[in-house]
Amino acid sequence: MARYFIQRAAGLLFVLFAVSVITFTLMHAVPGGPWDATAHNPLPEETRRALAHKFGFDQPLPVQYLRYMGSALHLDFGVPFESPGETVTDLIGRTWPITAVLGGITILFSIVVGVPLGAMAALRQNSWIDYLISSISSLGFAVPNFALAIVFITVISDIYHLLPTGGWGTPQQLIMPVIAYALFPTSQIARYTRVSVLEVLRADYIRTARAKGLPRRNVVVRHVLRNALLPMITVIGPLLPDLITGSIFIEGIFSIPGLGSFFSTSAINRDYPMIMAVTLLYTVLIAVTYLVTDLLYMVVDPRVRLAGEGG
Amino acid sequence: MAESTLRLEEKVESVTERTTSFWGDAARRFRRNRLAVTGLIIVLAIILLAAGANILAPQGYNTFNGLLAYHFPSWEHLFGTDDRGRDELAIVLFGARTALLVGFSTAISSIIIGVPLGLLSGLRGGALDFVVMRVVDITAAFPQVLFALFIVAAIGSGLLNVILAIGLLNWVILCRLVRAQVLALRSTEYVEAARAMGASEGSIMWRHLLPNTIGPLLVAVAIGIPSAIFTEAGLGFLGLGIDPTTPDWGNMIANARENISYYWHLALFPALALSVTMLAFNFVGDGLRDALDPRDRR
Repeated sequence: MARYFIQRAAGLLFVLFAVSVITFTLMHAVPGGPWDATAHNPLPEETRRALAHKFGFDQPLPVQYLRYMGSALHLDFGVPFESPGETVTDLIGRTWPITAVLGGITILFSIVVGVPLGAMAALRQNSWIDYLISSISSLGFAVPNFALAIVFITVISDIYHLLPTGGWGTPQQLIMPVIAYALFPTSQIARYTRVSVLEVLRADYIRTARAKGLPRRNVVVRHVLRNALLPMITVIGPLLPDLITGSIFIEGIFSIPGLGSFFSTSAINRDYPMIMAVTLLYTVLIAVTYLVTDLLYMVVDPRVRLAGEGG
Repeated sequence: MAESTLRLEEKVESVTERTTSFWGDAARRFRRNRLAVTGLIIVLAIILLAAGANILAPQGYNTFNGLLAYHFPSWEHLFGTDDRGRDELAIVLFGARTALLVGFSTAISSIIIGVPLGLLSGLRGGALDFVVMRVVDITAAFPQVLFALFIVAAIGSGLLNVILAIGLLNWVILCRLVRAQVLALRSTEYVEAARAMGASEGSIMWRHLLPNTIGPLLVAVAIGIPSAIFTEAGLGFLGLGIDPTTPDWGNMIANARENISYYWHLALFPALALSVTMLAFNFVGDGLRDALDPRDRR
């Protein structure tokens, strides 16, 4: 297990290194920079050169990269061009909690709604409840969350004036974004729970439990659900980084001042320090979540551990 | 003696007549799946509507008329008109062309990159496999929309670049899938037998490995199309899509956002078009999976 962990951690470092190099190179390959002269904002050549010098853009790329990564290790990602009054770390520290709260509530919502729906569909397989839940979950799989958000705003806010169209701060403003955002993870969780429960229902030990004469409720709660929900770790794990780093679309539509909505403006305006920091953050989160998911799964399911050591 | 051989042949023939092929079986299973057939019909309808956009909306999507700006849906303009008096239905129809073009060309480009790499990687192993798999790891580590956003920012927007950006992402899935299939099939008895009979690596690849990966590949491609359409709409929504003059659902939704509390029709119809398209493609993909993988059948 220790060897496996070291291997995985080394792989993670390699991926991080590669991602940072690629991002850094791509960003500097982008034609046009933040100080390009525009009609609104004409900059004289000398000023531009002075700015480039100040931020170290006149150095060779590898030097720039090493300098950047050196400070990044101290959580110093520079100053965002768009908001020069603060550091990138400050900006992320200010916007990310909002995104994380939205994402956290969304995950809870998805699990609380998705797992019971999936289990219900499996326990009543091929009944109308199963068909209804399965159709809703395929709907949630396919419909883009920003499209659903638009429909919500049109019907709920514009026509019936039940909820505000956007903003941040009150519980009412959370309802629509969370539901629109949770659509996909809820569908995914429901679908996999259904498959997992169905699989366990066919297992020999369930037949034995039934044959022993245990009441159905006991079998379902103690034997079926306990075993069926274990694999769900691998489904929910990978959903986490996406959700806590926020949706560019959901935050944009509902005017939520989180990391996602900030990032889309950074990308359009080529705010290098911001793009670089957010990409690194995303990559670390994704890689770490996958690693933790796999390790957690090895801890809860001894069969995986044994198979891993044998092979 | 001769007579009995003849009879035996007849019997063999009658048996082979009754067995159905793998693809025949799959087609039958697909036809029985009502949701999948509905999805397929909708997909075909969308293709027809997109192809016939200039017949259904002969005025094109670029006919401006200031007097007609911001009309709500009526019999004359079923989806209403936009800020410049253009017919919303016409733009949605022409937008379907963009969406389908991106969906299908991305599928093709990711097949062209992913399948040969997956085949070679699985068959050869060694250094090539190591390199390809690391590239796959790195590509998969990037957040999807972010990566597409980068490429478009780096090489510029425009239809071809958007297709390239999404294709550069989606090949990874196909490559992994084909490699896994090859690894699983490589040591099967019939491949061993072919090798023992002196078949070359190339012929093993084309005659034995590739045909067996087509099923899962088809499913992955069918599911990849709506995801490409979604990414493209997402880029358009962020203003980094093809270009502002090309009709594009994501772009339309983004433009309608500002006045959404009043001119709801400008956001609703492209959002519905996008949802229906993605839903239909997903139904077809799910149907294909159920049809091609009988083990998974309900």
